Amino acid sequence: MSEERRDILPVERGRVPVIAPGHTFATVTDKISTIVLTRKTPLFWLIPFLTACALLMVFLVAVSYLFVKGVGIWGIRVPVMWGWAITNFVWWIGIGHAGTLISAILLLLHQSWRNSINRFAEAMTLFAVASAGMFPLLHLGRPWLFYWLFPYPNTMGVQPQFRSPLVWDVFAVSTYGTVSLLFWFVGLIPDLATLRDRTRNRWAKATYGILAMGWRGAASHWQKYETASLLLAGLATPLVISVHTVVSFDFTVAIVPGWHSTIFPPYFVAGAIYSGFAMVLVLAIPLRAMYGLGDLITMRHLDNMAKVMLATGQIVAYSYLFEAFIGWYSANQYEMYAIWNRLTGPYRWTYYGLIFCNLVFPQLLWLKKIRTNVVWLFVIALDILVGMWLERYVIIVVSLSRDFLPSSWALYWPTIWDVATYVGTIGLFFFLFFLFIRSLPMISIFEVRTLLPQAEVTEGVEK
Amino acid sequence: MTTPRKPYPYLDLASIRARLDASRGREYWRSLEELANTEGFEELLEREFPRQAAEWNDDAAGRRQFLKVMGASLALAGLSACTRQPTETIMPYVRQPEEVIPGRPLFFATAVPNMAVAMGVLVESHLGRPTKIEGNPEHPASLGATDAMTQAAVLDLYDPDRSQTLTYLGDIRPWSSFLGAAREALGPQSATGGAGLRFLTGATTSPTLADQFHAVLQKFPKAKWHRYEPAGRHASRTAARQAFGEPLNTYYQLDKADVILSLDADFLCTGPANVRYARDFTARRRVRGQQTGMNRLYVVESTATPTGAKADHRLPLRAVDIEAFAAAIAAGIGAHGVDTSASSQMTAGPHAKWIAAVVRDLQQHRGASAVIPGEQQSPAVHLLAHAINDALGNTGKTVIHTDPLDPNPVDDFNSLRELAEDMEAGKVEMLVIVGGNPVYNAPVDFAFSQRMSKVKLRIHMGLYADETSELCQWHIPEAHFLETWSDARAYDGTVTIMQPLIMPLYFGRSVHELLAAFGDQPNQTPYEIVKAYWNRQHPGADFEDWWRKAVHDGIVPNSALAARPVTFKAASTGTSAAPAKPAPAQGLEIVFRPDPFIFDGRFANNGWLQELPRPLTTLTWDNAAFVSPRTAERLGLQNEDLVELNYRGRKVKAPVWMVPGHADESVTVHLGYGRTSAGRVGNGVGFNAYALRTSDAPSFGSGLEIVKTGSKYPLAPTQFAHMMEGRAIVISGEIDEYRKNPGFAKEKAEEPPKELTIYPGFKYEGYAWGMAIDQTACVGCNACMVACQAENNIPVVGKEQVLMRRAMHWIRVDSYYKGPVDNPETYFQPVPCMHCENAPCELVCPVQATNHSAEGLNDMVYNRCVGTRYCGNNCPYKVRRFNFFLYSDWNTPSLKLQRNPDVSVRSRGVMEKCTYCVQRINEAKIDAEKEGRPVRDGEIATACEAACPAQAIVFGNVNDPASRVAKLKAEQLNYSLLAELNTRPRTTYLAALRNPNPEIENS
Repeated sequence: MSEERRDILPVERGRVPVIAPGHTFATVTDKISTIVLTRKTPLFWLIPFLTACALLMVFLVAVSYLFVKGVGIWGIRVPVMWGWAITNFVWWIGIGHAGTLISAILLLLHQSWRNSINRFAEAMTLFAVASAGMFPLLHLGRPWLFYWLFPYPNTMGVQPQFRSPLVWDVFAVSTYGTVSLLFWFVGLIPDLATLRDRTRNRWAKATYGILAMGWRGAASHWQKYETASLLLAGLATPLVISVHTVVSFDFTVAIVPGWHSTIFPPYFVAGAIYSGFAMVLVLAIPLRAMYGLGDLITMRHLDNMAKVMLATGQIVAYSYLFEAFIGWYSANQYEMYAIWNRLTGPYRWTYYGLIFCNLVFPQLLWLKKIRTNVVWLFVIALDILVGMWLERYVIIVVSLSRDFLPSSWALYWPTIWDVATYVGTIGLFFFLFFLFIRSLPMISIFEVRTLLPQAEVTEGVEK
Repeated sequence: MTTPRKPYPYLDLASIRARLDASRGREYWRSLEELANTEGFEELLEREFPRQAAEWNDDAAGRRQFLKVMGASLALAGLSACTRQPTETIMPYVRQPEEVIPGRPLFFATAVPNMAVAMGVLVESHLGRPTKIEGNPEHPASLGATDAMTQAAVLDLYDPDRSQTLTYLGDIRPWSSFLGAAREALGPQSATGGAGLRFLTGATTSPTLADQFHAVLQKFPKAKWHRYEPAGRHASRTAARQAFGEPLNTYYQLDKADVILSLDADFLCTGPANVRYARDFTARRRVRGQQTGMNRLYVVESTATPTGAKADHRLPLRAVDIEAFAAAIAAGIGAHGVDTSASSQMTAGPHAKWIAAVVRDLQQHRGASAVIPGEQQSPAVHLLAHAINDALGNTGKTVIHTDPLDPNPVDDFNSLRELAEDMEAGKVEMLVIVGGNPVYNAPVDFAFSQRMSKVKLRIHMGLYADETSELCQWHIPEAHFLETWSDARAYDGTVTIMQPLIMPLYFGRSVHELLAAFGDQPNQTPYEIVKAYWNRQHPGADFEDWWRKAVHDGIVPNSALAARPVTFKAASTGTSAAPAKPAPAQGLEIVFRPDPFIFDGRFANNGWLQELPRPLTTLTWDNAAFVSPRTAERLGLQNEDLVELNYRGRKVKAPVWMVPGHADESVTVHLGYGRTSAGRVGNGVGFNAYALRTSDAPSFGSGLEIVKTGSKYPLAPTQFAHMMEGRAIVISGEIDEYRKNPGFAKEKAEEPPKELTIYPGFKYEGYAWGMAIDQTACVGCNACMVACQAENNIPVVGKEQVLMRRAMHWIRVDSYYKGPVDNPETYFQPVPCMHCENAPCELVCPVQATNHSAEGLNDMVYNRCVGTRYCGNNCPYKVRRFNFFLYSDWNTPSLKLQRNPDVSVRSRGVMEKCTYCVQRINEAKIDAEKEGRPVRDGEIATACEAACPAQAIVFGNVNDPASRVAKLKAEQLNYSLLAELNTRPRTTYLAALRNPNPEIENS
């Protein structure tokens, strides 16, 4: 089977190459596996890792205090019963979508430039889902009973209430986590085998060996791998759309003005991909610099990712504008007030910040100069992350603080524990991510090898 | 302290117990014998084993034998106080007189003495513990309803900060030591006829107590009995003396009044008769179908009160100007015998038209109108009100004068002043203070605490060890009214014989016992004293039957004081009761008001009342200096600014709060805060307004200066936004509008048609519980909120949590303003759970913790709730409350006694909300099922419905067309809140109607 490999003949088209010329199979493998198998842990890994550890400790303290005292240590109140925790939850889950899109959708669309970014992007997804998954557990009033949201056979004879979007969330997020983990792990197997074969450390050899599940690189293995990979990609693809759609249902199914909007599913999915790619860039750009991976993660990758961000950013911008328009056009006084409140109410600065961060500032990505400048890209990506956080905050907190009966109106402010828990999950994310970088190949070795000209399957090779 | 300390004999029980615990066998017996020889043992025996104590004699052998026999019992008793066997018979009043059901809660009739005036109540007792107070339907002051302070009174019984033991200089003593000391001190007093003996009590209406005092004062003729109430009725008494020659009691029959003018009187929410007035007033405003007759209320006031909110026309005036206003009305009516010269201020001013219209309205309703002066106004205003009522011929019809409730009325401030002067002069050797807290609440110019230190022997009896007991040598814990026998009169004089529901939890004593100690029969129990008094009033063979019935019913039949047909005398001095003060041009006015719930400070340690949002402002846990928005603007003040109130050389720091409708250039401060020895709940809450209050101007004075401090003080209201923002929340209209278009309310609250959905909908056969709330009737007293709290074990969360909007009240009363901020129209809306048929909360709960019952109730299953709070977010009415922390007190033993055993106490992380008192519904259904009949309408009264003085809340079976609630829901005024959301709530509202005077409206 010959595939079209236009992208491995870059020089012809005048485009930036997907992989820098001059690489061979061996150099690619060496470069990536050395990062893992080196005995010397670089300082530029250690310092961020220790910082992440410190933040993880903050997380542990915040969570312990939460379990001891109760969810009242956060700033939630009547009427704003969901605050930073759910904002963070949606933010993290949204971020995770980019990894799955890169792994699954771009695979099915034969976009081979995804080969060098999909490993760490998928890892990012997993860790983002892990961080996200903390919040539905932590924000429960009685977190030790979280398992009641799962339909398990029990002596009480009670099942979860399936009309509730939170139960759908349980299915969506657990499916997402499971499929992402499987997909990521299956994709790791050939690389784990490579590491198993290359490492000299006995314990590493044994561990990698067990995890590699006996991979020998035989043709039959590759065939099974390709099938599994395509199947999992097929499973994961709809998840990109469905998971965040289901998360958006948490809001749309409710009657709160500002939540009850049919535009949320596509709006949220687009926003998820928007923030996800931003996070991939925030990770990729420093990693490239630190580990010298500029030849594997090229400007082409960054450019493409910026273009995806730009595209999804336009969808998000459209959604903002349309939301405001519909609020007015509906002639429903509560909807109109919801928009009016965002523009002129006590939280208007978060709304202005949101519009600037998500709508105005990223328009710079139209310029190729910006898209190919790593510093600008990094700044814009961070800005988008902030903007997407503000978007969830505006949706959740601002809508809840002023809904139907003015007698219930109140302002929400986070407490130090809200902030500590959030910062703690950032710590958790980076803790896991840096462990991943140190112990597993952050770029898919075998998939990048297929990008080399040497990997092209020429006519004449028998099927 | 000046009195040398003498070793009074007493038993150190703790060490004895310790010794006995440690000893066994022969040692144990030896210890017991040793114990038997100590003093005080005999008294202990009498207390613990009254019957056996008779066998105790001086023969050693007999004593040893006694000890052998009693040894085990003594050991089992642990030589500690255990409950005594009741030797007095109390009469249970059962709800359903036809049946007595054992094992079910019993109800006992007694009365809650609100500043000594009785509010007849039925107290629900579970296994011998009073847990809830309900009104007594047969008592004229209650008619089945109660007010907020009455509801909260049961919590004081279980207050862990109540004083528990008798102490002398901080050491625990038994009653016998006190008696010994008192007798010793009284020795020299008898010689001088009691010249150095003084009693200081609060107000009293108890005939028994008056009789006892009479006896004591006969024994000690030179002794004096002083009375002091910081928020007492001195203005009305002074005026009554001037008007009628004696300090008569005045009350109003508002069910007969077509037009009412209130001169700074918050008669719907304060005062001993407020429940009755609210009932009568709202009964005349009930618009049903074609019955559209409504009374009319005019209110003139300086502070925004709920009565002002219900007014058809309201005029904010400074407190000092109300006298001129009253004079203008009097002049307009043509009242005789009063000086109406002050009226010229008003008739020439901007309110002339208003006054003229009111005068005309009053004149058109002679004999069917009432002018009510505020208790906290000046005696001059009371005098003018008497004159006006007399001129209008209201006396005997809507205004009734009777003999005073207190058999021996005095002027509060004069009485206390006399005592203070006597103390200063060193004439007082023995001072007995019963109830009251004069060290805290006496006027500052009396310097009471300094002068009190000159008294040799100071005895204090009170519920708490408070500011006053700190300066007294003896402190005797007072028995709560639910623990002892007494009697009291209601606002109209009806006597209630108060029976206890529980033996005193601690070593509490009744004031009757204390006075008996001064009399000739020192060992009488309160039961004997009260019964003996009434036996003297009712000698005869049928006394026992009479007694049982009176105690059972909660009222002594025909004991209401007869109406005195008095005539208004021309005022002898020709001028108003107080010397006429020209209202000074500069300086703000300061107005002192008792707090609507903490009152004069006596309830400062009651968590329910501290957390109960004040009417209109919804402030909790603090008092504030209330100003009008315009005055605040002029002074450059914002809400929560901490300012210094500078008044007559005294300073107090207070936070500012703007109140729409407050009179300009006037500042209201509430008394009862800033206490230092109230208990764990009340200490340090708010600022002490008594520090500014002087005896010459106890209600209001001028010359107040406000100085900004630059800092802020957080205040915790439960409602921030009071505007309806163009939403149809409280639908209101004028009675004329209703007459022309009765369906006007439904036009504003459109409900989507049921056919709009393809879902077939559930058919509610059988009971379908629903509730209708009449917004015309609701007076905003917040009694329903406390009743719900008491019934459903709702926790108190504290100020910090209220600041974070986490107050747990299941029903709240929202107040909304409409119109100009200087004098807005105010509407009250009680919001319990709507029990929506299409409940948004049920849809989103992930674990099925909230479901819909087949009878229409939205059920909350506490033990299934995991606390995702999605239901709270999705409720458009925001009626759901979440236990963010473990708010319920798990630890304090005495508070556990108050809890209603029929309702779960919720733990942390669980959502809760109004359940339509499902425990009461189930109780009624069980009874009905056992008897094979359906539940009768009115058999179930939710706690809020039962407490409401205005009968604004009606609960029942909507499927029964004859039920009150079905009829209300069939009214044209009935509408659902947020109907367009298609939640189909079972709690609906009747639109609020006003009856404005066309003369004033159209001017």
